[in-house]
Amino acid sequence: MKERLEELQQEALKKVDQADSVQGLKDVRVEYLGKKGPITEVLRGMGKLSKEERPVIGQLANDVREHIAQAIETKQTALEDAALEKQLEEESIDVTLPARPVKVGGPHLLTSIVEEIEDLFIGMGFEIKEGPEVETDYYNFEALNLPKGHPARDMQDSFYVTEELLMRTHTSPVQARTMGAKDGSEPVKMICPGKVYRRDTDDATHSHQFTQIEGLLVDKNVRMSDLKGVLNAFAKQMFGADREIRLRPSFFPFTEPSVEMDISCKVCGGKGCSVCKGTGWIEILGGGMVHPNVLEMAGYDPKEYSGFAFGMGPERIAMLKYGVDDIRHFYTNDIRFLEQYHKA
Amino acid sequence: MLVSLNWLQEYIDVSRYSPEELAEIITKTGIEVESVEPVAEEVTGVVVGYVRSCEQHPNADKLNLCQVDVGEETLQIVCGAPNVAEGQKVPVATPGAVLPGNFKIKKTKLRGEESNGMICSLQELGVDEKDVPKEFADGIFVFPEDVEVGANAVSLLNLDDLIIELGLTPNRSDALSMAGVAYEVAAAIDGTYELAEENVKTCGEKTADHVSVVVEDSEANPYYGAFIIKDIQVGPSPLWMRNRLTAAGIRPINNVVDITNYVLMEYGQPLHAFDYDRFGSHTIVTRRAKDGEKMTTLDDQERTLKSDHLVITNGEKAHAIAGVMGGAESEVQDDTTTIILEAAFFDPSVVREASKDHGLRSESSTRFEKGVDPNRVERAGLRACELLAKYAGGTVLDGVVSHDELDRSEKQVTVNTSTINDRLGTDISNEDIADIFRRLQFNYDQNGDEFHVSVPTRRGDITIFEDMLEEVARIYGYDNLPYTLPQGASQAGGLTLEQLLKRKVKAYFEGAGLHETITYSLTHEDKAQMLVSPEVKEKSVSPVALAMPMSEDHGTLRLSMVPELLESLSYNVARKQENLAFYEVGTVFISEEEKVTKQPEEMLRASGALTGEWLSHPWQQEKKSVDFFVAKGILEGLSEQLDLPFSYEKTKLDHMHPGRTATVSVNGKVIGFVGQVHPKLQKQLGLKETYVFDVNLEVLIEEYKKEEKFQTIPRHPSVSRDIALVVDENVTAGSIEATIAEAGSPLVKDVQVFDLYQGEHLDEGKKSLAFRLLYLDPLRTLKDQEVEETHNAILEAVKSQHQAELRG
Repeated sequence: MKERLEELQQEALKKVDQADSVQGLKDVRVEYLGKKGPITEVLRGMGKLSKEERPVIGQLANDVREHIAQAIETKQTALEDAALEKQLEEESIDVTLPARPVKVGGPHLLTSIVEEIEDLFIGMGFEIKEGPEVETDYYNFEALNLPKGHPARDMQDSFYVTEELLMRTHTSPVQARTMGAKDGSEPVKMICPGKVYRRDTDDATHSHQFTQIEGLLVDKNVRMSDLKGVLNAFAKQMFGADREIRLRPSFFPFTEPSVEMDISCKVCGGKGCSVCKGTGWIEILGGGMVHPNVLEMAGYDPKEYSGFAFGMGPERIAMLKYGVDDIRHFYTNDIRFLEQYHKA
Repeated sequence: MLVSLNWLQEYIDVSRYSPEELAEIITKTGIEVESVEPVAEEVTGVVVGYVRSCEQHPNADKLNLCQVDVGEETLQIVCGAPNVAEGQKVPVATPGAVLPGNFKIKKTKLRGEESNGMICSLQELGVDEKDVPKEFADGIFVFPEDVEVGANAVSLLNLDDLIIELGLTPNRSDALSMAGVAYEVAAAIDGTYELAEENVKTCGEKTADHVSVVVEDSEANPYYGAFIIKDIQVGPSPLWMRNRLTAAGIRPINNVVDITNYVLMEYGQPLHAFDYDRFGSHTIVTRRAKDGEKMTTLDDQERTLKSDHLVITNGEKAHAIAGVMGGAESEVQDDTTTIILEAAFFDPSVVREASKDHGLRSESSTRFEKGVDPNRVERAGLRACELLAKYAGGTVLDGVVSHDELDRSEKQVTVNTSTINDRLGTDISNEDIADIFRRLQFNYDQNGDEFHVSVPTRRGDITIFEDMLEEVARIYGYDNLPYTLPQGASQAGGLTLEQLLKRKVKAYFEGAGLHETITYSLTHEDKAQMLVSPEVKEKSVSPVALAMPMSEDHGTLRLSMVPELLESLSYNVARKQENLAFYEVGTVFISEEEKVTKQPEEMLRASGALTGEWLSHPWQQEKKSVDFFVAKGILEGLSEQLDLPFSYEKTKLDHMHPGRTATVSVNGKVIGFVGQVHPKLQKQLGLKETYVFDVNLEVLIEEYKKEEKFQTIPRHPSVSRDIALVVDENVTAGSIEATIAEAGSPLVKDVQVFDLYQGEHLDEGKKSLAFRLLYLDPLRTLKDQEVEETHNAILEAVKSQHQAELRG
């Protein structure tokens, strides 16, 4: 019987080996391991064996069974793998075909610039304040040391709604409002971005609507050197650590002393070229120490408090930083323009 | 302000700097140099020639054959200028000369006659047409007789000068004169300059015997000085003066006018000359004009005056609008022999008013408007007398007849070193500050740390400590200020919740595939009121319009951003960019008044506009055009982002598709609308099917629950059940959904439409809607029976409320 079992094992393993399909393998299993299979038959004949032989043969029969089952299983896995392989091979695709598009929009370039500036100043401890675009004459002019009759507030330069209301011509009224709300005793550290309006005919460099960001810091012992330090930090982060800044005297009714800030020209590195009109410098913002009249009108004692303020135009910054050549691009919303600046 | 470098050099030595260096120094100390340009294009090889003879060209009527002595030789030159004549001294471009435009002069033959050079007009030498004196406008230039033959004509005509253009800020009107610029440059480079004393010789005759001055409004005219100069011979002014005026951008006219203009440029003080014999009286009366009073100005325009304007009269008739323009009647003419020279101080606002009303802005009015130096008014008159005697043959009468209530005192400003250093963040010594005042030529008394500074009247802009602080800072050098950071208590900067949410909403729209746009707030009156959300329309009484718009297109404040968004779509579609999805976050302006008196409400809203294909993936047969549900889907995503359920109700709005428009509500409040633009409007704008939305962002931000919420993740399984209901086709899915949610509460956690069917196997006018319901109790496993009971309650509810039948 032992020989018979070994013979069966050999036979079966050979058939397993030869099986070339899952079905063929199934047949082998039924043939050898099935209830009517030869091994079962061998086991049935075990009654004829002696007591001593019975466990030996029984053990052997089980081993043979297991052996064959294992072989079938191994083969089965191999066959399945091969089949899968074949199937996957058939599923192969051309990966160079176009993808199913995912819709991606993006921010307007001006928003990107405004948010970048906001984030820079937030990092320096500034808050962001907003205010109305239709302003009172008081906040737009008077509170900023531009009394009625001042030449700089010509009716011709502003869009008035009534005698007392106008489209704000700068975001400075937000400064006046913020200071006014503080009761003359708390420090103020804020920037205010927003839309502003001037009576200009739209052309490549003028727009009747544009954007401004202004900043204000009022506290005890604020120094002009602080303004220089803050603007320097801002300019280096915004335009690159290799850019130099230069302050020069200027005039604004709401600051004294007043400054204009230039950064070294990126195109020529300060040597002078057509972009910087040969000067090596590009004007980027204006500012100064808050005029004592402005502090006083907002309820601060100019002997005790001082401050600095500055303002800049994101359109101009965008034009310098990205070479945008016409301010109207910002308001025409040509998709070919909008799409260009998603990484901005 | 145009500054001739040659002229400046005569006042103060700047030769140790290159023009660029000088420009940089001036810019950094306070006045921006906008450009440094040659007065004319480069010219070489032009000399003074003497026309020995001038004969008609034998072969040409309009040409002359001239023999011109240029010093070393005599050249034969063919000249076509009508004013060429024997005995003239003229600019000659000799062979090899180069004129502007790189025009090289060569020996040539003209109509058979040799021509060895060219006699030049000023235009040919690069002088701007508008600066050319009238007598030389149509021909060659003729030098005065005293120039030397063979001399360099380029430098005689000052064509080698450089012009520094200063961009003056409104406070620095002191630099509207060469003297002022020289003082400024002296401070900047630590040089020396002082305005030279006038030197006038007068005759024995007294001015006061010939004229008197009466000022009626001393506030408007605190000083009026009259000089009389007789024996005037009107003629050309000297060449050097003409050159300087030309460099300053002023056209030379005749000696009298040129001298008043020259002194204006030199001192910054406008003067006016009246013809004494044509003035009509011997009394000068300055007074406010009468409303409706008329006079004819120098430019032969009849002007109607107002009581705001100040006029110079002969006691009866106006002969000048003070500080703005003289009258035609007493204008200096070629036969004028005696003039009244006016040197006056007019109130800046009076001059500003008049110059604005008459649209006349001149070199003169600009200076009066900004305030002239009170200590230079009379001196300027004397200077003009000096020049008139010297260059116009004048005899100056003795004394000035004046009305004088002018305050000439110097303002006192006290500063101390420690406050200066505290404000600037510097460590400047007393000595350095004293040195700065010395450079500025400000007199001061020093008392230890304290300086009592007398501000020269030429610097009317300095009145308070901070003004003086700027003077110190700018001469010390802004470059020399240290870089420091503010010392105050630190504050955590950051965005408010509203600002954060605004950014979140924008980021959401962009992630959803929309591009941000920025459109104008000011729009056409019609567009301002179009496509306005119902709740805004209800609130707004009338749109806010500008009092004086520049154009109708930007005359009214928007009540909706949608019209301008559509305009942007239309702009792009016209440029073959057809698949577009835009959004904008911005304000609309709502006034609840019939006539605006208060600031309008500025409401933050988010709007969007979509057109064309939403998805295009042709090779896998996927393609979707925008439709209502794409637009609604964007809003639903926003609802998800903010965790605020939106509900939609069909509505009709002007300019919107009547069957495809809905209001959007949150917590029962209408906050906006969504839908298709009316096909008529689409067609008008050249758009295909276009969908828009507009929602109130302020309400959304308000409703947004800011506390962090955490909902237990259910540990128990949910049960889902589907039902298909047959209803009338006009019953909305939303209404059935609402009924199911209500009847299924609290076990039904979600209801979703998954199928809509109309057609075969259904009666006419019916539709089938299939819903998937999700039953869940987060705390326990649901029993079949409970689900069954709720399900039956739902079926009953939809049956009774919507006559819905279960579909068999």
